[in-house]
Amino acid sequence: MTGATYASVLGLAASVVLLAAVATLWRRSLHAIVRALAAQGVALAGVAAVLGLHHHDPGLLVVALLVLGAKAVVIPLLLTRVVHVDPTSRETQPLVNVPASLVAAGALTFLAFAASRAVTALVPTTAGRLIPIGLAAMLVGFFALVTRRKAVSQIVGVLLVDNGVALVAFLATAGVPLLVELGASLDVLLAVIVLQVLAIQLRSRLGSFDLDQLTELHD
Amino acid sequence: MSASSLAGAAAAGGVQVVALAFGAPMLLGVMRKVRCRIEGRVGPPVLQPLRDIRKLFRKERIRPDQATWIFPLAPVLLVATVIVAGAIAPLVTTRPALANGSDLFVIVYLLLTGSAVLALAGLDAGTAFGGMGSSRAVTIGALAEPALLVTILALSFGAHTSNLPAIVHATVVDPGTLATPQRLFALGALVVVIVAESGRLPVDNPATHLELTMVHEAMVLEYAGPDLALVTAGEAMRLALLLGILVNLVVPWGIGATDGAGGIALGLLALSGKVLVAGSALALFEVFTAKVRLFRLPELLAGAFVLAVLGVVSGLVVR
Repeated sequence: MTGATYASVLGLAASVVLLAAVATLWRRSLHAIVRALAAQGVALAGVAAVLGLHHHDPGLLVVALLVLGAKAVVIPLLLTRVVHVDPTSRETQPLVNVPASLVAAGALTFLAFAASRAVTALVPTTAGRLIPIGLAAMLVGFFALVTRRKAVSQIVGVLLVDNGVALVAFLATAGVPLLVELGASLDVLLAVIVLQVLAIQLRSRLGSFDLDQLTELHD
Repeated sequence: MSASSLAGAAAAGGVQVVALAFGAPMLLGVMRKVRCRIEGRVGPPVLQPLRDIRKLFRKERIRPDQATWIFPLAPVLLVATVIVAGAIAPLVTTRPALANGSDLFVIVYLLLTGSAVLALAGLDAGTAFGGMGSSRAVTIGALAEPALLVTILALSFGAHTSNLPAIVHATVVDPGTLATPQRLFALGALVVVIVAESGRLPVDNPATHLELTMVHEAMVLEYAGPDLALVTAGEAMRLALLLGILVNLVVPWGIGATDGAGGIALGLLALSGKVLVAGSALALFEVFTAKVRLFRLPELLAGAFVLAVLGVVSGLVVR
């Protein structure tokens, strides 16, 4: 891959990761949010694959496949099943309205850009320059975690943060060891399965996925 | 600038204005035809909007009693601003008339002047519908504005200038810059803003006259005869101009880089083809989409704004 194409494709894949994070704030339907998460998984796998091709590292290509399988297929499928369990609550109820969330996402992006100046100076590669994008995706995930109260959106928020961390790791180190990525992916997968069970239990006890109901004591 | 290139630029500007004046209503006709065919209807002939405009021009001039000088001025100003913008925008050639003044900011604010005067005219007649339409149109415009400004900023990264012919020319010279993230984000935001500014679905339904939903139609409800003809033609030309600028930013191939008659003819042919495809795609999209509730519009346009911000950030990051 030539330098210009490499930089362009890598930049594009990293930007799609951020775009998908913002899309989860934009859309109201939980189905659309899960789809955005799947798209983010594909883009993340794309980043890993591009890096693997550029550095001629077969291990990274395996990691890319792993990321694709876990974050773009299995986890979204599990989440879709949770959304299907409760047909009455298919929309998020954001604490901060959507336009304000989007403006906040824009501000967080600039914050990430300003805050990661020192880090990008340390990693003067093409990939290193993209670190602010990963940081921004992480901050947007935190924001989703804080302002969205449905169980599914909370899980998605956690996964957004995880994807952001993974993106920064890929970009900063030009490749995570296969074993580490395997451990991290399995960890996240396990967490999602546990959260899925928890969410379904929550629904059967309280009749909804709304986490605010957990602040009161029930019989 | 030498006399010959001045003449060439003037010829290009003239060709662009004439093409816009006759092509825009036909584009509207094609879009309606596509929509009707997909919905299983025959639809009016492609030339129908042109015929409508001709018919309206022959009708009696009727204006509201209470209207002031703004009311007759607005349609003229609308058409005039679109014509000026159409003459200087890089539609058939990257060297249009007054290329140095053909800045994105200039074109955007020329078009905005027309919209603003039209909104004033909607208020001018003093009717409830006109005021409601103007208020809604101005609200949408105010929401689209920040997105548009940031989009321009993101677009100007590649060519290091906001001069539109220079931006298009830079992509013709180096097609590799077409697929950079900042550009794709900016173009995505631009599509949303263009849909909002030209009053198409899902922002405004141009075919409706239902009180609760109409935006643009409510604003121009008081117009009749030749005034309405000017408003209709101006709106059609604005849509065609915006689509023309968009397609030349997305796929610049075919645009004339020389002043010669051959280059202009080729550019005209390429532009017609590209705009027809873009218009048909827009009509196709409109078949499958519903109008967004007015109070959900800020979400849509804030989405465009964030898309543009992401474009700027990627422009700062990816170099």
